Amino acid sequence: MSDYLLEAKDVAMHFGGVKALDGVDFRLRKGELRCLLGPNGAGKTTFFRCLTGTHKPTRGRILFKGADIAGKERYDIARAGMGVKTQVPSLFDGLTAHENLWLALRTVKSAAEREARIADAMERVGVSALRSGVLGRMAHGQRQLVELAMVVASDPDLVLLDEPAAGMTDVEVDRLASIIRDLNRTHTVVVVEHDMHFIRMIADQVTVFHQGRILVEGHVERILADQTVRDVYLGKKHV
Amino acid sequence: MTVMALSRSGGVHVALAALAALAGIVILPNAAPLYTLINVTLYMSMGVFALSLALLWGYGGILCFGQSAFFGLGAYAYAVAAINFGDTTLAAVFAIGVPALFAAGLGYFLFYGRLSDVYLGVITLTVTLIFFKLINSTGGDAWRIGAARLGGFNGIPTTPLLTIPFTRIPMSPAQMFIFAAISLFSTYALCKGLIVTRFGRAVIAVRENEMRAELLGYNARRLKLAVFVISAGIAGLAGLLFANSVFVSPTMFSLSMAAQVLIWVVVGGLGTLFGPVAACFALQIATAVLGKLGIVDPNIVLGLVLIIFVVFVPGGIQPAFAALLHRLMDIRADRPVAGEVAR
Ligand SMILES: Nc1ncnc2c1ncn2[C@@H]1O[C@H](COP(=O)(O)OP(=O)(O)OP(=O)(O)O)[C@@H](O)[C@H]1O
Ligand SMILES: [Mg+2]
Repeated sequence: MSDYLLEAKDVAMHFGGVKALDGVDFRLRKGELRCLLGPNGAGKTTFFRCLTGTHKPTRGRILFKGADIAGKERYDIARAGMGVKTQVPSLFDGLTAHENLWLALRTVKSAAEREARIADAMERVGVSALRSGVLGRMAHGQRQLVELAMVVASDPDLVLLDEPAAGMTDVEVDRLASIIRDLNRTHTVVVVEHDMHFIRMIADQVTVFHQGRILVEGHVERILADQTVRDVYLGKKHV
Repeated sequence: MTVMALSRSGGVHVALAALAALAGIVILPNAAPLYTLINVTLYMSMGVFALSLALLWGYGGILCFGQSAFFGLGAYAYAVAAINFGDTTLAAVFAIGVPALFAAGLGYFLFYGRLSDVYLGVITLTVTLIFFKLINSTGGDAWRIGAARLGGFNGIPTTPLLTIPFTRIPMSPAQMFIFAAISLFSTYALCKGLIVTRFGRAVIAVRENEMRAELLGYNARRLKLAVFVISAGIAGLAGLLFANSVFVSPTMFSLSMAAQVLIWVVVGGLGTLFGPVAACFALQIATAVLGKLGIVDPNIVLGLVLIIFVVFVPGGIQPAFAALLHRLMDIRADRPVAGEVAR
């Protein structure tokens, strides 16, 4: 068993000629909260998709809890303890928030325990008021939160969040930051974000993706002061 | 797609349906003329057929254009088995088992081959047309399975009637009627029960969003295969009932049979169970009446009904009816609320 919860070795994902990922080496310890950043098209979402089994990487190994999951079935990886909030919220739109969370608790047999965990996850993310609302009729920010609650409810070993703050107001972003910090008390979390203000609120360690590779990794203040990172983000107003 | 309240209880509906079935069983066999009795038995067999697609399409989200393949296969499996074994109880098991097995093979290819929904529709339709062609061409004496002659377009008119289990006495029309009523009700109750189990809810999850379902650990392909097989078994049961109320013929595989069941589900309401059965009864009665009057081709009317529903009542009868009922109750209970809705 390695020291790492997640260890990606030389992961590449090519779509025809497009090298969305081109040799990513990434390590994550249990209990960490890591931020991934990088300009549009850097390969962050593709990396998540390789981790969750949506894509079978062209090359490389992905060790999750010591087992290679590269190219495994999506549901097998989920069962192994991977939970993801996708960039475009992926929910059961015809169902209520309560039903969405109900389905997230696949392995829980007792009805009482299920209800307790649904209530707990909703409380934690602050969506208890949305309980009976149908997802398809919710605003984008609310959908983001319910999806987060769904991931929290399923209690995975590794939580992947792809741009959770997108489309949220400043107040909501502040709240989200505290939710994620709270989540990190019990879970290992990886967050993809563009919003520097948000990143500063939640993360110590950040990893910068650029053109399908990891450009640099380290403490948030050092990275954000880094000239190369600034160049990569050139034109991005937040830096 | 209608909102599927996962936790909504269906107990009341099942109880009402049980009451209706019971009333039918008690009253009709004594009161109705033989002709009506046989016709209603036929309608009920079709009702079971409607349920098979209502479950598969409405809850599994799998649009099968060739549901009649399983319907016909069930009837032929029954006829061939009954002729060969001389015992109809085992043959009845074949009627359900053969289509289910066939669906398991076909479904494995469809779902595990990751074919898109469009191909699924095309392939299921093609399969039923192949059966139709194939069975139609089995006219000669050479085409037999054991003692059973397949009979080409004539079908198998000598199909033995179901006997009362452990006896050799064939069921009377009244007994057949009761058997069909029990089958229809049981199938309804089974489907209703299935959709609130963890399995049923998982199937609905896959219908709603296959990717999210898998990201939560649900094996989407296996769930789809399972509901496909169950649905085929139900269609086979419908075929068995049909074989016992009319007779086994290649028209069971026909395009019009495949289309009819789609129309019932659309008119009754996708994502409902009672609606498709009601639509199946109503449209068959309407077709029979129109056919007797002879003014207009029933098929044209059926086509028109389909178009009208798709355009004006896209949710189908059951949701429309429920909404109407809701509104009426609102008006009585709370006038200002109803007024607000109207505004
Ligand atoms: N399924 C696909 N087929 C072809 N190209 C793809 C596919 N998915 C991603 N790409 C390409 O791979 C590259 C990386 O995309 P990805 O979505 O991973 O970037 P990202 O870092 O998440 O960007 P953003 O910040 O905009 O979300 C892009 O050039 C994209 O066009
Ligand atoms: Mg992305």
